[in-house]
Amino acid sequence: MFILKLILRNVFRHRLRSLLTVVGVAIAILAFGMLRTLTGLWEEGMKHASPIRLVTRNATSLIFPLPIAYLERIRQLPGVTRVAHGVWFGGIYIDEKNFFASYAVEPRNYLALYPEMVVPPPQRDAFFRERKGCMVGASLANRFGWKLGDPIVLRGTIYPGDWEFILQAIYRGKDKTVDERGFIFHWDYFNEKLRMTAPEQADQTGFFMVGVSRPEVAATVSETIDRSFKNSLAETITETEETFHLNFLAMTEAILIVIEIVSYVVIAIIMVVAANTMAMTARERTAEYATLKTIGFGPGHIAGIICGESIAIALLGGAIGIVLTFPAAQMIETALSDYFPFFSVTPKTLIYEALASLGIGVAAAVLPTWRGATIRIAEGLRRVG
Amino acid sequence: MTTTPPLVLIRDLSKSYRRGDQIIPVLDNLSLDIPAGEFLALMGPSGSGKSTLLNLIAGIDSADSGRLEVGGIDIRPLSERELARWRAGHIGFIFQFYNLIPVLTAFENVELPLLLTDLPRQQRRDHVELVLGLVGLADRSDHYPGQLSGGQQQRVAIARALVADPSIIVADEPTGDLDRHSAEEVLELLEKLVHDFGKTVIMVTHDPRAADKAHVVRQLEKGVLM
Ligand SMILES: Nc1ncnc2c1ncn2[C@@H]1O[C@H](COP(=O)(O)OP(=O)(O)O)[C@@H](O)[C@H]1O
Ligand SMILES: [Mg+2]
Repeated sequence: MFILKLILRNVFRHRLRSLLTVVGVAIAILAFGMLRTLTGLWEEGMKHASPIRLVTRNATSLIFPLPIAYLERIRQLPGVTRVAHGVWFGGIYIDEKNFFASYAVEPRNYLALYPEMVVPPPQRDAFFRERKGCMVGASLANRFGWKLGDPIVLRGTIYPGDWEFILQAIYRGKDKTVDERGFIFHWDYFNEKLRMTAPEQADQTGFFMVGVSRPEVAATVSETIDRSFKNSLAETITETEETFHLNFLAMTEAILIVIEIVSYVVIAIIMVVAANTMAMTARERTAEYATLKTIGFGPGHIAGIICGESIAIALLGGAIGIVLTFPAAQMIETALSDYFPFFSVTPKTLIYEALASLGIGVAAAVLPTWRGATIRIAEGLRRVG
Repeated sequence: MTTTPPLVLIRDLSKSYRRGDQIIPVLDNLSLDIPAGEFLALMGPSGSGKSTLLNLIAGIDSADSGRLEVGGIDIRPLSERELARWRAGHIGFIFQFYNLIPVLTAFENVELPLLLTDLPRQQRRDHVELVLGLVGLADRSDHYPGQLSGGQQQRVAIARALVADPSIIVADEPTGDLDRHSAEEVLELLEKLVHDFGKTVIMVTHDPRAADKAHVVRQLEKGVLM
């Protein structure tokens, strides 16, 4: 009781110093929370990778195509429930900076394999019927103000020329972790046009999306697929969607690791700053600690007073940082909606933030607590005069 | 006829400090008896070892060799923890700069030694109010040290030294930082502790007027009693 009272009064003793430390911890915890949220988004996206979807691509490289004739052969393999396929199109809308992911796909099987893309059935059917039809995510449609029925012209980067589409469907994600910035259109339309303009590129596709009956058969099926195309003109690599994403995002992963390290560095820096402040505070109060010991208080009491103050300040700053995490995440979500489909704080991040603030408080207290608890009374008392 | 043993018995006590690889002798085979109920003033030039001697008697520093008994207890072999408990029960401290905790009120400062006892809250309150009344500061119990004059702060410190009813009060230059009038009040209080309450007061001082109040004045020079 008494210790608590003393801790609280000590916190408010050097108001400016405590305030600055609290603000510093709050900012560090906020930054930590934002960085962790950013890396968390990626993990969250990974969760969406379905364990019953495989991706088959050219063994040489992602950018080499596969013959469309493989489709039938894959479909007939045991364990395969459904096969879709698609090509990375890489079109540009009006200007270079208006870049987004666009694919030419076989829409019926594609949508069946990706139930997380939710489309109203009338729009979906209209999209299936219209040869030049395209389907886009709600966020992309929003960004460019596209309405159903609008004509859209993309300039091809890999496949030159202007490509005309008619917007037939707008999909939404099943939940907020689904990317709503996709653009897909008919592979048939794509292939017909290539037959006329670049016949050597026709009748090929970029990758096959293969649905399997159960997660347990995924490994066997992918082996079977790759074995059937061994020694053929285009050998394949088949991976689960998760592995595919991981490889595709290897670069991103490196960046995310750096971000994670930075998030810890932020905490380490504030630890050092807080430790310095606590050491200064404790040094000024050496005579008080010696006086308390003279009266009969033990090293445990002194340790409690110093450590308690440090933890109280850190937790106060941490609490402010955690509370600020929510509006900050909201602002990022609004301001950067083109880049992050969502930016929401998970309970795990909040727990990490709380633990980090506790860690700051404890780390900052270690040295001054040890010194305060072990200072010899006669020496401590001399610090007055 | 039997002589009662002195409250404080010191025989051949030596103490030196180590500064780097240099050894500084402070007390050199010092012997001294202080009977119960005495008001003793220790005088001497700065650096002669007065504070060191006081600290040894009060159990907040340890001697290198010799005998040191207080109230019949040999305190030299006691551990830090045992000493802390012993001090809480037997010694009251008064310092030159009062050493009050600035964030605690006069009442809370005086209450500090009682927090280490089993006394219930109400009894602690009674004790604190009693000693604050004794030093004439009953109406200042809610004041913080910063709101009190030097003399008042030292009187709060005396109340704190007194509240757990120790047999010995040690005071290291208790008037060293006070004006003449306040010093007078503090000395009168110390005298009262000896006369009215039978306490033993050991006071280090530079002030001849302070020494005048004491029953016995001893001079310490270079670690040797004159
Ligand atoms: N902790 C210490 N370390 C080293 N030297 C000390 C220490 N404490 C006291 N001394 C030395 O011991 C001598 C006596 O000090 P002290 O007892 O404080 O003298 P006084 O109170 O008579 O002025 C001084 O020379 C002082 O410098
Ligand atoms: Mg001294």
